[in-house]
Amino acid sequence: MSANDLPDDLFRARRLRPYLITGGRTRASVDLAMETQIRSTPQGTASLAQLDHEREALVRMCVTPMPVAEIAGRLHLPLQVARVVVSDLVVQGLVAVDGPISPDRPDLHLLERVLEGLRTL
Amino acid sequence: MIRPFSSTSTDTTDTTTPPPPPATSPFPGGIDRRRPDAGIHRAEPTDVGAPAADDDATPPPLPVKIVVAGGFGAGKTTAVGAISDIEPLTTEAAMTVNAVDLDRLSDDSTKTTTTVAFDFGRVALGNDLMLYLFGSPGQDRFRFFWDELLRGAIGAVVLIDTGRFEDCFGAVSHLEHSGVPFVVVVNAFDGRIRHHPDEVRSALDISPSTPVLVADVRDREGVKGVLVTLVRHAMATATRTG
Repeated sequence: MSANDLPDDLFRARRLRPYLITGGRTRASVDLAMETQIRSTPQGTASLAQLDHEREALVRMCVTPMPVAEIAGRLHLPLQVARVVVSDLVVQGLVAVDGPISPDRPDLHLLERVLEGLRTL
Repeated sequence: MIRPFSSTSTDTTDTTTPPPPPATSPFPGGIDRRRPDAGIHRAEPTDVGAPAADDDATPPPLPVKIVVAGGFGAGKTTAVGAISDIEPLTTEAAMTVNAVDLDRLSDDSTKTTTTVAFDFGRVALGNDLMLYLFGSPGQDRFRFFWDELLRGAIGAVVLIDTGRFEDCFGAVSHLEHSGVPFVVVVNAFDGRIRHHPDEVRSALDISPSTPVLVADVRDREGVKGVLVTLVRHAMATATRTG
């Protein structure tokens, strides 16, 4: 990992910088799985001018529902930072949760649909 | 299973709603940072309302996921990228792990935080399904991360890097214990493999029902074949276990 070649203080800075966005918080107020789909609300798209850079980009992106992992990747944020930011926006009503993947193993019917979908790729 | 996309029908009308008063900070932590680029390239809020209109008639695709596990250099990112509709995204996740007892010098030294880099990709399966692909390291120390990754997953693909065989041991035993269907793939670059699938099966000591196959994961068709095999295996497992 090239980041490990950095001097200690720079390495620490690189790890810490994303947490400025969350005000140093690492705990999300809403429980979000990494594949939970997030979509922006009408209130969110109407509030873009009041948002800082990351949050504005996030609300814009989620006009098309997008999982938390993709949001983190696109904004170059560690997963936990993305979770904190998304959960803030959920609490403010600017984005909404479309729901996580069911924790149960997919049933036969769903697997058949996936198989059919893969074959037609 | 398909969740209604209830509020989209109001999107077009609600974009005319006046924004909340600027005096109210939208950030509970009081971290309303000043944008250095405020006013630059700022599109009108109404711009973003338009694409959502396409979704009004149909609900969003139902998400399903498959995990691709393997050691460093085993070809996880390549495999995800070969079939993903988007360029694979690499993201860091922090996890708290129990440190070994030797480190117990003070009360808080038994927990330590480490980071794991994972890949994300997705592929639309028709109009109603979205397959998420998560690439994750296979070493045993990442097992805390797998618990979350594997929750609700169709199953997992374990990519074998024949150079560093042992990097997948942790993933294989974790998958066996958690009962998640998986297939083992020997990555064949240019059609050449260093180990025969039978040798791999024997070395990993996996169940005879677990498929072991050879595929070139740089190739979209190759990855597609792997995923088809996994889904078929998951169906067989689901039938067996009822």
